[in-house]
Amino acid sequence: MGRKLLFEHIDKPGIRGLEGYRANGGYRSVEKALKTMAPDAVVEEVKKSGLRGRGGAGFPTGMKWSFLAKPEGVPRYLVVNADESEPGTFKDRYLMERIPHILVEGMITSSFALGANTSYVYIRGEYFYVARIMEQAVAEARAAGWLGKNILGSGFDHEIHIQVGAGAYICGEETALLESLEGKRGNPRIKPPFPAVKGLYGCPTVVNNVETIAAVVPIVNDGGEEYAKIGIGKSTGTKLISAGGNIKRPGVYEIDLGVTCDEFINSDEFCGGVDGRAFKAVVPGGSSVPIVPYEMFLKTPAGENRLMTYESLSEGGFAQGTMMGSGGFYAYNDAQCIVRSTWNHARFYHHESCGQCSPCREGTGWMEKVLHRLEHGEGRTEDIDLLWDIQRKIEGNTICPLGDAAAWPVASAIRHFRDEFEYHVTHREKVKDPKHFAREPFRKSAKFATA
Amino acid sequence: MPKVTIDGIAIDVPEGTTILQAARMIGERDKADRHVVPPAMCYYTSLKTSGGYCRTCIVKVTKGSEKDPRPMPKPVASCRTNVMDGMEVANTTDPGLVDARNGVVEMLLINHPLDCPICDQAGECHLQDLSYENGKEASRYEFERRTFEPIDIGETIKLHMTRCILCYRCVKVADQLTDDRVHGVINRGDVSEISTYIQNAIENDFSGNMIDVCPVGALTDRTFRFASRVWFTKPVDAHRNCENPKCKGHVVLWLKGNEVLRVTGRKDMWGEVESFICNTCRFDKKDLAAWTVEGPRQIDRHSVIAQGHYNLERKQALLTSPAPNVPELAKRKELKDR
Repeated sequence: MGRKLLFEHIDKPGIRGLEGYRANGGYRSVEKALKTMAPDAVVEEVKKSGLRGRGGAGFPTGMKWSFLAKPEGVPRYLVVNADESEPGTFKDRYLMERIPHILVEGMITSSFALGANTSYVYIRGEYFYVARIMEQAVAEARAAGWLGKNILGSGFDHEIHIQVGAGAYICGEETALLESLEGKRGNPRIKPPFPAVKGLYGCPTVVNNVETIAAVVPIVNDGGEEYAKIGIGKSTGTKLISAGGNIKRPGVYEIDLGVTCDEFINSDEFCGGVDGRAFKAVVPGGSSVPIVPYEMFLKTPAGENRLMTYESLSEGGFAQGTMMGSGGFYAYNDAQCIVRSTWNHARFYHHESCGQCSPCREGTGWMEKVLHRLEHGEGRTEDIDLLWDIQRKIEGNTICPLGDAAAWPVASAIRHFRDEFEYHVTHREKVKDPKHFAREPFRKSAKFATA
Repeated sequence: MPKVTIDGIAIDVPEGTTILQAARMIGERDKADRHVVPPAMCYYTSLKTSGGYCRTCIVKVTKGSEKDPRPMPKPVASCRTNVMDGMEVANTTDPGLVDARNGVVEMLLINHPLDCPICDQAGECHLQDLSYENGKEASRYEFERRTFEPIDIGETIKLHMTRCILCYRCVKVADQLTDDRVHGVINRGDVSEISTYIQNAIENDFSGNMIDVCPVGALTDRTFRFASRVWFTKPVDAHRNCENPKCKGHVVLWLKGNEVLRVTGRKDMWGEVESFICNTCRFDKKDLAAWTVEGPRQIDRHSVIAQGHYNLERKQALLTSPAPNVPELAKRKELKDR
């Protein structure tokens, strides 16, 4: 049983309100940082903790913070990315819903470290009710003096704004998020310049995931070294995993980075094993990371037990590994059709492509159409190679990672489950029955994407 | 000054130069080296923040600068990546990159109507050139293409959204050249479209430049519509004293006999307008008497529009070197393909 850092008090009554949160040791990190620490010391603690970005890319947070440009007379911003749109991921929603003050607390402490007097939470449009919870938490914190001018007499001013997006996946990409926050069309910017130099309103900006900012609270409370004791190697601390699919116990779990994949998927403490049949495949980090067969998920190419860490999950590269991603974990049992699932993913990325750069704009739609054809019993053998070629020409050639995110699930599905694709070609009549692989058909994809 | 090597050809360039600009400098220095210049569909030198969208200009940075910690090799958009000292870049010498660029061209064409026979842009279309150089003879795309109805945006401009490749150049023109932008990109993904807000007309002194910057036939001149194929017209440089202080009045007149069929800005060897012109010059002065003709316009492009051989230098070159016969052409094509 690992330590709970973020979820320690999540079941306590009244934890959603300021009083209940405060009664369970809330806002200690703000007191500690503002009263006893210099901003750089907080950054140093985060560096020592080895905390890595929890949004998907896993970039070391302390390093990201230290890249922040600090020109004289220019405001700096902290933007919290709560545009959690990756299919399969719902950890940030759970955290904000249940214990919103931990994010507020983390934002104040982090902003103090970064010297930002204004910070924003960008929440995806579908989470409008979460935005209300967050707004209430911010109002409570403001009334109690945790926000505003001269917090705790330290001379540090801070204000938090909650902004609701319009529900676009692309606005989870940090530069598209900033564009959207500025009130523009949510198109990713071309980097460089990176947000740390030129971000929101042209000012230096740090964009971090909700979970990352929340993790700053235990790091400041207990010290970075204490935090780094949990985990293995460069994967330190705890991670929220939102588990779903054909498992017995779906939900959000806080795990120590370093539990074995076998333990995570099969033990009753976490997912509790398969719901009746046998596992076929696993997507451990949200829909954009490569899908891997169950056996490959359990063992690394070297034959060792795979661990739930950034390094171990990606061991073996894309040929035999996958990625930690955002922690949107889902498993398939052997009744699921991988082609159908891949088509569904492709449909999503087609719908969510912003249309700015050509390979992604045109290629995602093309992949969706070819996969639709395969899945509905009209495919040909060449289609599989065609799909492979299309994804290869999208990957790496786009402005933002959405192109890669659209290409990887298709590539990995063909790599590991080519036999299922071939089955769809050789058994065209059979797969025309929407109940093949015991599933109900999806609605045929909309002719036009709507914004 | 940073030194960059593109396809084995080195050049020193000023700080802040992009890879594309450096390649163009090589091409301007010696015409024989023009193969190092990547194609560009959305980048436009005189429009700020243009570029990066179409991805046709991708090149592979085979060796990064020692100052740059990022891992190499990797493909980058040459129009938006600055040169760093010691960089080595592959444009046509890397088979993987050529393949990737062919992929981009294929993507650009899957929803393009390929209606060149009835398109006013044919003959001076960058997408035609690009697909001729980097495309395949047949498309692998077998699905219905997305289509839009052509619309009139104002008295003088026709928008064929179906042909658009979403280069954003016209949006940047409206942002940077005119007083007020009333059009932009709406919707997203492969159904994004350039449009005005509720059939708003684009009425602005410089709106006509959107036609010139459009790399395809999405924005065409309604006063020239179906008047002639461009290669049947004769381009001459001309100028007039324009009343508009922002317009120099330096134009190209496209003549048929003494009739002025259309007026455009003067485009340089990379297909970019040298100085933008106002709508009065473009649409209202269709009388040869209003202009001082300077002489024939050298069209320095490889597309069909350059086949008229209008100026003396070219004619003489043709006279001294006889045209290649068919076997010779086939041989050249073979060499080029190899």
